[in-house]
Amino acid sequence: MNYIIPQSELKVVGTRPVRPDGVDKVTGRATFGADMTLAGMIWGKMLRSPHAHARIVAIDTSRALALPGVRAVVTAADFPDIASEEAFVGEGPMNFRDLSRNCLARDKVLYEGHAVAAVAAASQSVAEAALDLIDVTYEVLPHVIDVEAAMAAGAPILHEDMFTVGIEPKPTKPSNIAKRVAFAKGDAEAGFREADVIVEGRYTTQPVHQAYIEPHACLAQVAADGQAHIYSSTQGQFMVRAYCAKVLGWEIADIRSYPMEIGGGFGGKTLVYLEPVALALARKAGRPVKMVMTREEVFRASGPTSGAVIEVKIGARRDGSIVAAREVLKYQAGAFAGSPIGPGCMCGFAMYDLPNVDVVGYDVVSNRPKVAAYRAPGAPITSFAVESAMDDLARKLKIDPLALREMNGARDGSKTHYGVTHRDIGFLATLEAARSHPHYSAPLKPGQGRGVACGFWFNIGGESSGAVHVNEDGSISVVSGNPDIGGSRASMAMMAAEVLGVPIEHVRPIVGDTASIGFSHLTGGSRVTFATGMAVTQAAERVVDQLKQRAAQIWEIPAEAVEWKDGKAYPAGLNAGAFEPLSLAQIALKAGRTGGPISSEVTLNAQGAGPGFGCHICDVEVDSETGHVKILRYTAVQDVGKAIHPSYVEGQIQGGAAQGIGWALNEEYIYDKDGKMENAGFLDYRVPVASDLPLIEAVMVEVPNPRHPFGVRGVGEVPIVPPMAAVANAIRAATGLRMPDLPISPPKLRAALDAASGAKAA
Amino acid sequence: MSKHHVTTTINGEETEFLCETQETLLDVLRNTLNLTGSKEGCASGDCGACSVIADGTLVCSCLMLGVEAEGKTITTVEGIADGETLHPVQRQFLEHAALQCGFCTPGFIVATKALLDANPDPTEEEARYWLAGNLCRCTGYDKIIRAVMDAAAEMRGEARAA
Repeated sequence: MNYIIPQSELKVVGTRPVRPDGVDKVTGRATFGADMTLAGMIWGKMLRSPHAHARIVAIDTSRALALPGVRAVVTAADFPDIASEEAFVGEGPMNFRDLSRNCLARDKVLYEGHAVAAVAAASQSVAEAALDLIDVTYEVLPHVIDVEAAMAAGAPILHEDMFTVGIEPKPTKPSNIAKRVAFAKGDAEAGFREADVIVEGRYTTQPVHQAYIEPHACLAQVAADGQAHIYSSTQGQFMVRAYCAKVLGWEIADIRSYPMEIGGGFGGKTLVYLEPVALALARKAGRPVKMVMTREEVFRASGPTSGAVIEVKIGARRDGSIVAAREVLKYQAGAFAGSPIGPGCMCGFAMYDLPNVDVVGYDVVSNRPKVAAYRAPGAPITSFAVESAMDDLARKLKIDPLALREMNGARDGSKTHYGVTHRDIGFLATLEAARSHPHYSAPLKPGQGRGVACGFWFNIGGESSGAVHVNEDGSISVVSGNPDIGGSRASMAMMAAEVLGVPIEHVRPIVGDTASIGFSHLTGGSRVTFATGMAVTQAAERVVDQLKQRAAQIWEIPAEAVEWKDGKAYPAGLNAGAFEPLSLAQIALKAGRTGGPISSEVTLNAQGAGPGFGCHICDVEVDSETGHVKILRYTAVQDVGKAIHPSYVEGQIQGGAAQGIGWALNEEYIYDKDGKMENAGFLDYRVPVASDLPLIEAVMVEVPNPRHPFGVRGVGEVPIVPPMAAVANAIRAATGLRMPDLPISPPKLRAALDAASGAKAA
Repeated sequence: MSKHHVTTTINGEETEFLCETQETLLDVLRNTLNLTGSKEGCASGDCGACSVIADGTLVCSCLMLGVEAEGKTITTVEGIADGETLHPVQRQFLEHAALQCGFCTPGFIVATKALLDANPDPTEEEARYWLAGNLCRCTGYDKIIRAVMDAAAEMRGEARAA
């Protein structure tokens, strides 16, 4: 069925009920990863490399094992040495061999913080003391941190068996460049020859961490027969199960994985760090083992996303029509291949209908933690560069920056440089909403500046399961296979309630463990409300069919002669008015006598995720004395398809914008000369705090996605794409300075302001 | 290693516990008393997820030793509601959808209660600076600030403010 109908005809979808898991979360009852306890539980801790790059000569655990209270120690020797094998996890490629070696280093440590050994002991303090008693002999090797330094000839090589993929003929020497990718459309060289105006720039971004407030945590239990339970904070319980099975060499069916409440992920909890190690410790110790990362470990050994160097060149005719665009991207992958270079190459120009495009990207390893997905992986980096260049182009052409984007904007039928043709997209509607928003024409004071920038993300669908159960009293249970990271339980319950015609209060949504619901791809790619929502909607529809059939049975009329309306069965057609309507509760009561329990589980592989577009408007004021940038006003416009629960859609937009503002102004990994991170804590790695930000106005443009029953598009990732360029463009407007290097931190901006005024004076 | 015996009042109940010297109040709350509503986000006083009120003062329980709780009156997130009746701050957080993952929420609830106990009529800027010690990575603070302002108005007996 299709529910893409006016809001006035919807009863639940599009309203703003209190989320079903809300009370637990404001009272402290919700159980997150570190909150679980089991009888006999002991504590696991990880020993980590103090070196950026070193060979592991020997590990001696005997002194640690001799410490009273220590129950088990594991190293890579306790795990199978698995072969290279690609696994696709939704937001980026993953190689099981790399994953295993990231969980516990084998032969070499590749970054400061790389896990080397783990210990389980009766208390946290004993476990910590035991770490000091593990003797690791290292042979320290030269290291490389910077992406271009890692690409240079003579750079220290991380992996002797890494030969750049995507170059013909196949290289004969190992390299830190894992992969070269290229996309082309038309003839960029010829296009540039037609250009009246050309803008060029070189941009850099720093790695930033997802910085979820909840550190990674899990609790593992393994019975004598090998049956294992793993409770963890994760974006995918099925992912945890599959990855643990692979890394440990166990059967998937022997592991039951329970998703705990997750305290933020943003892509950073789409892989495992602790879980296989905790399971190995639990098996060895014969006791349940809890492992929780410290914040310092989170920074040094999990996440972040890539830092990058991007070169952009755009050529246009005097009327503003772009004739050619070129981009070269170098993305850091961290210690193992797998930066989001693919999306990086695609997303920068995906918003525009361009005749000639040439994009080349490099995936580069260096001695940093392995990158993890971070909200629209790869897109914010490329868009910072492209949207900054678009701003320069608008200035050079003396065209309004939104008009320039509108003129060249992708519309239905526009073919991208990576081969996909856009259908049913809302980019132009988004631009129009931004242009007509009062913010865009509000007056500014001297010293203030306004910037705009846009962003694109594909959004994905994928394998999902949802079940709807009618309970004996007519109340409804909805089970999904996706951890609820930002309110998805509410949207699942709302879609089910809408289809069933019952009040939301009668619908209780839960997130099932791996034995309670069919396989579901992890929570990521902005897929859950779209794909899992589709499964839940279909399950609810099948339940309605069953309810109608049961009513028909009770009335002894054909099922086709029953109508379902407002949570009740009505006799229809010739039988209209012949019987009193039957409520859901009345039918449920008789379920045992009319064929058994009423429920449905739908598993599907959802296709047709509609891409999303955003346009952000940012006003800033720059303190020329300190270089501090104050965000005065921020408006984020986005095509959201259909907002199931508008408050949580707004929340995604506001939260994404805030993360992008942090990326633009403050956040970065800082290394010393030995390749050690200098700011592994929230004091020195500064995420935005409440006093850094204004209210963020989220404007939802609803261009329904025709391939979802309610018109849903993913919304969670698009909003982190535009902010860095929106902020940089606002700073450009306020100061006249193009700041191409992130973050635009106070010392950097102050130095640029000083240099500019010095140049003026001279 | 001998443990210390501590007598304190937590959420209105006299409570005794044993703790190691180096254990923080947060460790004791979570691991000894099973009050896991207070969260550990950093263990360095930077994120506020472990906020509690100790003798009327808002503190990060990760920066206070368990032994320092001796004789004090501690309120944790578990003690904010009155039985089954939510505190106005909790209710406004729900109505404004001022949480996404919910991990920072206990700290914000406690910190907001402390704010409104001290200043029943804060400006938006005062609220933002008071809460600058509580990190939220999900919401961008917009809905949190609206919830705080409306909770303040409700507690003053006014209609909606924001």
